[in-house]
Amino acid sequence: MSTLDSLQATAIPPEDEALRRPVRAFLARAMQDVPAHVRSRSWSGYDPAFTRELARRGWVGLTLPKEYGGGGRSAYARYVLVEELLNFGAPVGSHWIADRQSAPLILKYGSEAQKRFYVPAVCRGEAFFCIGMSEPNAGSDLAGVKTRAARNDAGWVLNGQKIWTTNAHNCHYMIALVRTSGSAEDRHQGLSQVIVDLKLPGVTVRPIKDLTGESHFCEVFFDNVQLAPDALIGEAGHGWEQVTSELAFERSGPERLYSSIVLFDEWLAYVRTPAGRTPESVRLAGRVAAQLAPLRAMSIAITSKLARGESPLVEAALVKDIGTGVEQLIPAAIADDLYRRDTHAVPLELLRTLDYVTQVAPTYSLRGGTRDILRGMIARGLGLR
Amino acid sequence: VDDLLSRGLRQLLQDQCTPQLVRRIESGESAAALWAMLEESGFPDALVGEAQGGAGLALSDVFELLELCGTHAMPVPLGETMLARAVLASAGIERPAGSIALAPGHGTAGGGMRCVNVPGGRVADWVLVQRRDECLLLPVAQAERTAAVLVLDATLEWNVSTVAAAPRAEGTHDLQLLQACVSAAQLAGALMSVFTRTLQYANERVQFGRPIGKFQAIQHQLAVLSEHTFAARMAAQIGCHAPGWRPDRLRVAVAKARTSEAAVEAAALAHAIHGAIGFTAEYDLQLFTRRLHAWRQAGGSESCWHDVLGRQLVDDDRGLALDLLRATTDLP
Repeated sequence: MSTLDSLQATAIPPEDEALRRPVRAFLARAMQDVPAHVRSRSWSGYDPAFTRELARRGWVGLTLPKEYGGGGRSAYARYVLVEELLNFGAPVGSHWIADRQSAPLILKYGSEAQKRFYVPAVCRGEAFFCIGMSEPNAGSDLAGVKTRAARNDAGWVLNGQKIWTTNAHNCHYMIALVRTSGSAEDRHQGLSQVIVDLKLPGVTVRPIKDLTGESHFCEVFFDNVQLAPDALIGEAGHGWEQVTSELAFERSGPERLYSSIVLFDEWLAYVRTPAGRTPESVRLAGRVAAQLAPLRAMSIAITSKLARGESPLVEAALVKDIGTGVEQLIPAAIADDLYRRDTHAVPLELLRTLDYVTQVAPTYSLRGGTRDILRGMIARGLGLR
Repeated sequence: VDDLLSRGLRQLLQDQCTPQLVRRIESGESAAALWAMLEESGFPDALVGEAQGGAGLALSDVFELLELCGTHAMPVPLGETMLARAVLASAGIERPAGSIALAPGHGTAGGGMRCVNVPGGRVADWVLVQRRDECLLLPVAQAERTAAVLVLDATLEWNVSTVAAAPRAEGTHDLQLLQACVSAAQLAGALMSVFTRTLQYANERVQFGRPIGKFQAIQHQLAVLSEHTFAARMAAQIGCHAPGWRPDRLRVAVAKARTSEAAVEAAALAHAIHGAIGFTAEYDLQLFTRRLHAWRQAGGSESCWHDVLGRQLVDDDRGLALDLLRATTDLP
């Protein structure tokens, strides 16, 4: 099976690895007083001031071209940066989507005017994006979207509804997948991507309270929202290809391995104390490391394919499916380890962190494509459908 | 270089190391003819320095060769011999012809040596035995041999005079580490065989009017099987990352732990998808799934190596777990 044996372990170039030291020095200071249960929010953590501080150091839009305000660095440099941010549990949620997906999408498909308008603002940490994909009746089956942008003299009129849009209540813009022709029966035909300024009249953003009591995702309603002609990004009717071309970026990155890593490190700190160390916990530490290490190597190997301009969609789906499995194993196994003990000796902060991660862990294998969707993609890659 | 090498071995094994031959050797036929061909090819000396008549390759260069041994359910210890000969060459000991298995040794009451359940011990010509801070090279022909748990293995015992006469390499050589490194790479190959055979079967076997691979439940099982195969192969590559022939202990721990975990899952999935036919002696799947279990056990199961990684993380390291992940995955 060529897809499988073509993944070769790859080295991060020394000039990109060199970025780790300054990033880690900054994070060690910036995060030292933030408790673990807050840091475990990681890329769901929202902190515009932190984003602007990163941007001031050139660490937002690191891979974007210098002429648009980016850092002009390689995908490996971003890998190093992101890996450190996630392992420290830095609150990177404000710019996460814009940095990872929206700005690269605009650069790939947008007009020169769109690039000049949006990308520098992303790099300054001043323009936050969300992705408007799911609708009440179009989740995993995304081709069924009904939100419609209809042409008029002033550009486009937008009507419809998005749901489960992560961070919409904190963002300036949404890149929405909408129908510009045909109907839901036309499936992938007639879909387009538009950029929506979420401050426009007719846009209503309603946060949805989740089971943790917080709000990370939202409903977004469009009621005759007037968009300018240049709201369209790329070509009308090509929305599906544009959306799928970005999925390998979304699915293979370090954020698919490290969602529970702050909890793991917090637990490790306890297991390293004489009171915390048991033979079972030592073995569990090794079991998690043995799962994560090959995943990291695979994730870097995919980064090298992306850097060469390939689109390793099947490999990315594989890494995400395995990676989120380990991310979910961590809280389940740590809970078993800690609650077989007399918990009066276990630090409260560790138990709080465990509780938070246990609650959010189901989302790891929902966001960015469910397990079943990913396994279906792998099966297609194997020639089974 | 390694591409040419692996093409050479792949061709040789395709032609010579057939399922029929594997079956015959497993049922007691001599492995001498197969070994003679391998010796002729020069592969057993791949890791021996050029000055000593070998190919002078690094461990990372031979990963695909070790993997191929797994792909073909190799019934002789070629990988073990490659590493054993590197140990002997580096100790300045003359290398005998013939294959070499690896094993920890236990002294007997009469001053002899006993090795229990030696992987490949029934088909090997020699055993490199670890005893405290030295390694002894003992001839299988002079051992008292009893059957072990697995058909290709054996429990071997040598008397005091054979032990006294054995060539010995001073210094500590972690033979379990070498065994684990080889077994992990072979597991990667065997997993690939199991996966491709199962995929092919799902495409061919028709039930309810269509190939069973068209059913979503089977597709998802095959996806999971491919994930284990894919992750295990990367882990086994990591185990062979070394500038010279000596494997790195923590990298091998990742390799052996992950491939062993995958072996259990993959064998179960492959048999579930194959149904009853996969359980027959006649059908080739069993040659590979039995190897998955054998190599999972050789050199230590997953928990053995989880403990190695865990002790490093808990007792030796400070700071982020990430740093251990980097130390084991960044190329040396």
